Amino acid sequence: MKQKAPKKKRTKAQKREMIWALCFIAPTIIGLIVLNFYPAIDTLWQSFCKTGDFGKGNTFIGFANYAKVFASGEVWHSLWNTIKYALIEVPFGVIISLILAVFLNKKLKGTSFFRTIFFLPMVCAPAAVAMVWKWLYNQQFGLLNNIFGTNVAWISDPNLAWVSIGVIGVWSIIGYNMVLFISGLQEIPGDYYEAAEIDGATGIKQFFHITVPLLSPTTFFIVQTRIIGALTIFDLMFMVMDKTNLALENTQSIVYLFYDYAFTQGNKGYGATIVVFLVIFIMIVTFILQRAEKKLVYHP
Amino acid sequence: MKSARARNIASKVVMYIILIIMAFIMLVPFAWMILTALKTNQEAISVDPFYIFPAHGWHWENFGEVWQSYNFVLLYKNTLLMILFRVICACLTATMAGYAFGRLKFPGKNFFFALVLVQMMIPAQIFIIPQYLMVSKLGLLNTISGLVFPGIVTAFGTYLLKTGYEGLPKDLEEAADIDGCNIGQRFLRIMMPLTRSSMVSLGIFTALFAFKDLMWPMIVCTRAETTTLSAGLAKMQGQFSSNYPTMMAAAVLAVVPMVVIYVIFQKQFVEGIATSGGKL
Repeated sequence: MKQKAPKKKRTKAQKREMIWALCFIAPTIIGLIVLNFYPAIDTLWQSFCKTGDFGKGNTFIGFANYAKVFASGEVWHSLWNTIKYALIEVPFGVIISLILAVFLNKKLKGTSFFRTIFFLPMVCAPAAVAMVWKWLYNQQFGLLNNIFGTNVAWISDPNLAWVSIGVIGVWSIIGYNMVLFISGLQEIPGDYYEAAEIDGATGIKQFFHITVPLLSPTTFFIVQTRIIGALTIFDLMFMVMDKTNLALENTQSIVYLFYDYAFTQGNKGYGATIVVFLVIFIMIVTFILQRAEKKLVYHP
Repeated sequence: MKSARARNIASKVVMYIILIIMAFIMLVPFAWMILTALKTNQEAISVDPFYIFPAHGWHWENFGEVWQSYNFVLLYKNTLLMILFRVICACLTATMAGYAFGRLKFPGKNFFFALVLVQMMIPAQIFIIPQYLMVSKLGLLNTISGLVFPGIVTAFGTYLLKTGYEGLPKDLEEAADIDGCNIGQRFLRIMMPLTRSSMVSLGIFTALFAFKDLMWPMIVCTRAETTTLSAGLAKMQGQFSSNYPTMMAAAVLAVVPMVVIYVIFQKQFVEGIATSGGKL
């Protein structure tokens, strides 16, 4: 009994702590369940349903939507379009911003001026950015064709449009990647570079033998975030590509297709299936990346 | 010694050249947006590459034109209110939950925190259809509440604040405990003020995310007078697609407020993004 008494007292304090804690997490947890977990399950359920008129009266149709997705050239094509976009945005966005970050991390004059400019696209709505680029790309009157004296159909040539959209993506994301790289670079101890200096290693050697390995956790984080971001791209395609654009089929991303089916055509069931398909794809990519992490990231 | 110095200078010159070229590339679209917005349509579609500045006066009236024909007052108001409420909701719910997860002991903590982490891993597109159906059933289409709806709670913010609270020294709270403060007082008076920088990061992140989001406002606010700047631009593009100065004037009006805020609070923006590392 004697031993139990203090324990019981602690239990009372613990109980109070528990009640406080549960009250504190309640809004978030209830919110997550209502706004995220229930919707995720509902989307999954709808992907097995056929949407009636006006979004009413879901009828269960089993895997029919999935069969349609897998058989549909359109879905695979837009998945491929999305991957192509990622293949431009991620590597170029990462490499260019890494170089800029390394430069800005050196004690040059005007660093903050350059940083401000490079980060500028990040605070602009992608809708506005896309509108401006669409105007730059305009075949008849656009600045690009004017300056270079060319007549390139930047965004209506099916073989080129995806590159043009990828360029907008790179331009938009450089500042964000760069800021993350700079904060990663600042964590590398300066003595490594001083030691390398004494050994006579040049800047480029230092970059490949010190910066690249020690920065690899940051690089990996950025690459992973950007791959997922690129796979869910929507705004640029939606704003740049008109419905009548001949290259639309070769550029529409998978989220674009989802939006089109679920909200323009009102076919929520099929839209849900497309989004589940995308989520599964992203899960697989994430899993592979997690596996690769151990090999790609330098662990001292 | 001299050659090392020369090499140092040479490498600096190369770096500056690359930085200046990149800065130029980054600025050209902005410059062209502003310059086009100040031209007449006739001037804008002139195909002379050296025709950069508007020759016949600066046509500020383009701004007035879009301002009126697309009721920018309402677009600004809707965007501002959406951002404001989302930031308040996110900071409030996340700081409470973050404190509980980072500081308190309670049964089921790991399970509940796992829910937070799982939400962060799921792409948000999977929530959209049911969220839309809920907003529609609640009769919140074309309202500010509908715009705010998916942003009431934030798993990412909870995670961010939890990390912030965990980083605070332990003895702070113990002292308060001895002084007889209860958990609520400890949270409000001592702990919460100390996580201000995490809150600022979350606030900036939430505001930027809401400002840039296009799909959600397009879905829930289909009427021009109830929507946000982003979705409003998408609507305008359908109407004025061949009047380039008008379009660019609209784009300028849409980006200017955030750019101004960014230039003023640059340090907070950059630090907020760098420390939160959230996906935008």
